[in-house]
Amino acid sequence: MTAPAVSPTTPAPSRGGWLDLSWKRVRIVARSDLRQLIEDKGFWMPMVFLGAIFFLIIPTVLLMTITKIGDVKVVNQVSETLKVLPPSAQAQIQGESPEGKTAYALAVFLLAPVAIVVPLTISTAIGASTIVGERERGTGEFLAHSPAHEREIYLGKLIASLLPGYATTLMGFGVYSLIVNLFVGPEVGGWFFPTQSWWVLMLWVVPPFLALTLSIVLRLSAKVKSTAAAQQAAGLVTLPMIGIAYSQSTGALFGAESAGFWLGVVAWIVAAFGLSRGMRAVSRARLLGVADGV
Amino acid sequence: MTTTSPTTGEPEPIVALEGVRRRFGTVDALAGLDLIVPANRITVLLGPNGAGKTTAIRMITGALDAHAGSVRTFGLDPSIYGEEVRRRCGVVSAKPALYDRLSGHANLAYAAELYGLGRGDQIDRRIRDAAARFGIEHALEHRVGGFSTGMKTRLALARSILHQPDLLLFDEPTSGLDPESSHAVLEMIREMTDDGRTVVMCTHLLLEAEGLADKVIVMEDGTDLVAGTPTELTQRFWPGTVVLVGAEAPVDPAPLARIPGVRQVEADTDPCQVRLHLDGDHRTPDVVLALLANGLRLTRVEPIQPSLEDLYFAVRTKKDIADDGGRQLSPVERPDDGLPPAAVTDRHRQVAALTGWPGSEEAR
Repeated sequence: MTAPAVSPTTPAPSRGGWLDLSWKRVRIVARSDLRQLIEDKGFWMPMVFLGAIFFLIIPTVLLMTITKIGDVKVVNQVSETLKVLPPSAQAQIQGESPEGKTAYALAVFLLAPVAIVVPLTISTAIGASTIVGERERGTGEFLAHSPAHEREIYLGKLIASLLPGYATTLMGFGVYSLIVNLFVGPEVGGWFFPTQSWWVLMLWVVPPFLALTLSIVLRLSAKVKSTAAAQQAAGLVTLPMIGIAYSQSTGALFGAESAGFWLGVVAWIVAAFGLSRGMRAVSRARLLGVADGV
Repeated sequence: MTTTSPTTGEPEPIVALEGVRRRFGTVDALAGLDLIVPANRITVLLGPNGAGKTTAIRMITGALDAHAGSVRTFGLDPSIYGEEVRRRCGVVSAKPALYDRLSGHANLAYAAELYGLGRGDQIDRRIRDAAARFGIEHALEHRVGGFSTGMKTRLALARSILHQPDLLLFDEPTSGLDPESSHAVLEMIREMTDDGRTVVMCTHLLLEAEGLADKVIVMEDGTDLVAGTPTELTQRFWPGTVVLVGAEAPVDPAPLARIPGVRQVEADTDPCQVRLHLDGDHRTPDVVLALLANGLRLTRVEPIQPSLEDLYFAVRTKKDIADDGGRQLSPVERPDDGLPPAAVTDRHRQVAALTGWPGSEEAR
């Protein structure tokens, strides 16, 4: 039943660029990883909890305190501090009453970093163990002997790490928008959220920051010896990344309307560079745990 | 269908490794390995832990590249045609390499998709058929994390044949299994060659290679010590016939050595038994008559077929002697090979005596 051997003169397969990738196999690897995550309650429960804290509980408590309970003295003090915001941001603040202005500023400007913290935290946690985890479980052997190309495995795992964090963020963003409109909307004359800057932030700025961070985390995951080491190293990388993303996203919201767009452009360029570098980190030897330095 | 060499007319080997070297850091995992795997046969790579068996398997599929030498699988260089080669290989590693959080079915479905079979009812049927073949269909919907080691191995075997590969590579497939499961798995491997597949199996367990191997390659320190069919190797290392003779009273070996056709008389641990090394099978009837004429009251005459274990230790003994410049190593001098020194030495002595190699007297 043995099939005839292929002639040694068969032309060498071209595996030079992105176009040679089998996106079908990328999808297969990503889907399998995602399925494993879904099957693991220990993974998605904390993820839902984290999203709920940042997008539901904290905004609800803060905005309700300001708009419904309304301690006049405290609100006035917060309202006064809004004057330190850049003039462009101050000009955007809507609302007639101090409560309205405070709630608006809080919802639109001050809680923005939440949109970065949640996806980065979730995706980093997944990404850190994704390759070293294959090695530790012995399943790296299966992938190494499979027809899948290293780049397909890398991209599949990147997508499987990116999607849960980003999906949680988008869902959380939906819930957050509802809360903001319910509590702050009546103070500023109707539903207003998301603002244009927030749309840019969520759809244009957050994804490249996420991709860039994951490109670094996956590289680490391919190179370190254990999941514990990967988590430690990823934590060290993620903290400054969160800092940068935090400051940049806040700046984008405070700045001119085009600031977010240009920030996104730069982030995408850096992310593309990071991804192309990161892709080289995954090799079959690393999946098997026999590469030098692993 | 197997391709044949245009020059010799012989079937082309499925795998051919020539002088393959692979280094990990400062360690030579493979140090000039030559390996030929014939089509539609079971080839067993036999050797202790660290001999380079797993690395050899990884070279064959192109999961690892060789630092030197030539690797050809299906006539192709796996470092260039890796995808093509791997698509035609099915691998079961020592650790079953399954996803514990997924069900048995999901594990097989993942493999089916990665190997380009796709999805759908037809693939689902194929998954169930493969699982049924290895008696694991009842557990397909359960999470693999709850499987016993035997069930995992069966599932890994089912996964390896799902895409109907031409070459099956099993790296210590019975590792961690109880004897009954091991036996069942080896039976299944034997059955796989019935439908014309080529099998390469690594093991350090001699008994499991016995009766299974069509070809044996004994490996150590990243190189092949000897290769051939069990019959060829037995004839090479034990050209004559060995007969175990038992008598009612203790046997004096001296007069037996003078019987025509007896090359050597080897004492047994039981004083009432001796092993006679004869020129060949044809000598046995005459020797039995001569023994009776010598007044021996025989209780047993049994031809001894050297086992793979005998062969393995014979090969290793020969290497030890060669490594030591022709001098038998003492237990203290022997490198740590994971076996109790006394046991190895006794075995080496036995085999050295049996084979009559240089150094056997010294060993005795």
